[in-house]
Amino acid sequence: MFDQFDALLLARFQFAFTVSFHFIFPSFSIGLASYLAVLEGLWLWTGREVYLNLFKYWLKIFALVFAMGVVSGIVMSYQFGTNWAVFSDKAGPVIGPLMAYEVMTAFFLEAGFLGIMLFGMGRVGRKLHFAATLAVAVGTFISAFWILSANSWMQTPVGYGINEAGQFVPQDWWAIIFNPSFPYRLVHTVFAAYLTTALVVGGVGAWHLLRERTNKGARVMFSMAMGMVAVVAPLQILAGDMHGLNTLEHQPAKVMAMEGHFESHPDGAPLILFGIPDQEAGTVRNAIAIPKASSLILKHDMNAPLSGLDTVDRANWPYVPVVFWSFRIMVGLGFAMLALGVFSLLARWRDKLYDWRPLHWLALSMGPAGFVAVIAGWVTTEVGRQPFTVYGLLRTAVSASPLEAPAVAASLLTFIVVYFIVFGAGTGYILKLMGKAPHPGETGPEAGREPIRTAGITPAPAVNPARTLGAEV
Amino acid sequence: MPALFDLPTLWAFIIAFAVFAYVVMDGFDLGIGILFPFFAPGPERDSAMNSVAPVWDGNETWLVLGGGGLMAAFPLAYAIILPALYAPIIAMVLALIFRGVAFEFRWRDPGHRRYWDFAFTTGSVVAALAQGITLGALLQGIAVEGRSYAGGWWDWLTPFSLLVGISLVVGYALLGATWLVMKTEGAVQNHSFRLAGKLALGLIACIGLVSAATPFLSGAYYERWFAWPQVLFTAQVPLLVGLCSGTLLVSLVRRWEYWPFLLTLALFALCLLGLGVSMFPYVVPNAVTIHEAAAPNVSLQFMLVGASVLIPIILAYTGYSYWVFRGKTGHEGYH
Repeated sequence: MFDQFDALLLARFQFAFTVSFHFIFPSFSIGLASYLAVLEGLWLWTGREVYLNLFKYWLKIFALVFAMGVVSGIVMSYQFGTNWAVFSDKAGPVIGPLMAYEVMTAFFLEAGFLGIMLFGMGRVGRKLHFAATLAVAVGTFISAFWILSANSWMQTPVGYGINEAGQFVPQDWWAIIFNPSFPYRLVHTVFAAYLTTALVVGGVGAWHLLRERTNKGARVMFSMAMGMVAVVAPLQILAGDMHGLNTLEHQPAKVMAMEGHFESHPDGAPLILFGIPDQEAGTVRNAIAIPKASSLILKHDMNAPLSGLDTVDRANWPYVPVVFWSFRIMVGLGFAMLALGVFSLLARWRDKLYDWRPLHWLALSMGPAGFVAVIAGWVTTEVGRQPFTVYGLLRTAVSASPLEAPAVAASLLTFIVVYFIVFGAGTGYILKLMGKAPHPGETGPEAGREPIRTAGITPAPAVNPARTLGAEV
Repeated sequence: MPALFDLPTLWAFIIAFAVFAYVVMDGFDLGIGILFPFFAPGPERDSAMNSVAPVWDGNETWLVLGGGGLMAAFPLAYAIILPALYAPIIAMVLALIFRGVAFEFRWRDPGHRRYWDFAFTTGSVVAALAQGITLGALLQGIAVEGRSYAGGWWDWLTPFSLLVGISLVVGYALLGATWLVMKTEGAVQNHSFRLAGKLALGLIACIGLVSAATPFLSGAYYERWFAWPQVLFTAQVPLLVGLCSGTLLVSLVRRWEYWPFLLTLALFALCLLGLGVSMFPYVVPNAVTIHEAAAPNVSLQFMLVGASVLIPIILAYTGYSYWVFRGKTGHEGYH
């Protein structure tokens, strides 16, 4: 019994660890793929060299991010079976086809055109190359569509029946795919990916502006990124608010945990800004709260009643301290992003976008903020779903594989060691690339390696350097 | 004999196809990784790696389709097989991490290139070995109770599963060597011809050993292969294996450039056919059939609509990508 509990906790930690690590890469590559498509499109449209240079600059980084996303994603496709066998057996008929569609519509598209995007500019011509870049960008979005549909179904399951083996049997695919929380989660997550990318690009631009105010590439990327932050940050706050209202409707216990509402408030619930949630005692200690503000936000009426966790069976409570804090980290960073966006608009209006060093320092320090917010948001929604895997229907405790704790512990330790070595090195290489200023005549991803060319097209003795991406400026 | 229009049977074939596509395509990528230490650092290694750099990611995606497809079409099988093969599966995904990032990292960090080359080789060897062990352990049988795996976490480790593991390493290495024969020229190609000759002999020996051992794993396998009259059909498999093996050796001796790779593919196809003879209609041998493991028809239908449109499209643009990077990979340095 004790062993079983240990194995379960270890399996949960393992999944949380591998999925959080994995999520970092797509939350960057979704936005970066679109940014690359925009840069290449602008280059083809305007013919300005700076766009091509920026395209090549970020393409090298994209190659690394994408490779790490792929390899950490393969782990995920097998984790369901190795560690969550009962969940896979029961929910497989619903979740499995959604993921199969992700593979068939997105992964192959991305992988099939990535080679051309990275190495093919000298081989297929500009327009076809642009088409390949677009295919990769669209693929990242389709991937987000399917995986978030599957994830949302676990949060708000509909359109299913249950057969005699206890499996979820699909009855209405349309209802399953477009389940109640999916549209909100999709918009909120894709905005998050765009913001994350914009902050990284802005941070890199700011770093190079701080060192060399006249660098053309740094100026263009900083301006584009700050524009993106200024537009998307307010939209994201709006989307997050709507997502929260949707959660209140379908998963009220999650919102109670986010708000720290252990008790019901019949005439207006306070907005707890900070405090120390005590799960055992069922209270938030040292709370700093704004009276009635939570009802105003969630019900648009400051006197509206709001139920607390005291109306929910204790066996169905999520672990409040984690949800409470991760939510505050996410929201806090969201408002910091809004502040950065407003600051940049002010600078742009005064024509000081490239001159105000405090703005550059702020943008630099906010460079990694998107990743933190994404992971915090992810923790909020996933820990808030507990103690279920399929919300309200299948408990996490009965979803796990029949594994012995030492097996899960050993694999967990190996994952931790390998991920820190491999993704640590990868992050180091990305930072090294980011540390170099963009410059005219930027080389592509194959810089340093010999060109991938073939005798079939270009006989080796007659190699024309202009055929390679690096030289085609 | 179930009709081909039976949905679970159809999906068994689709997943078998995905697995074969994976074995063929990532097989030569992994094979190149396995053979990496036999090539000299510098131009030889670079040109070996360049021959697969633009396509390895797409190749590996078939593994995700195989795994994801198994979960979607045969969730019960996925839920039994993966915990049973916990250690080899985890080892495989970890090995694929090292193998995959090495493609990019070795160019970004010339100072540590030999470490990433080592990671590339070790990742490739371990992934191949783990995949072979997985297959061997599945073939030798898995303890099932109710709807879950009922064995211990070392059950997969037997002499037979290790034999299959080693065989797959040799097989992938041969795919890699014959791919390089096709895609390179000069010193790398000569080197690949020599390696392919030895590996071909090794693979033929491995196929012989595994084939000889399989019928004796369980009475059912013996029946399937040797019972009259289906022996008339099953006997064609080893006969064709013999024919392909002989032609493969001849093609290597005569230094044909395309045939060695194609004949190695044919050998892999025949091995898959043999596997089908041993297993069908079971997905977990002697315990769970594809019909017992299959997802409800609504799930299979929903996916079939997509698969029948998307898989041909995928094959078309994958083919296009190979076409773009066709011909011999350059081998001399670029300055």
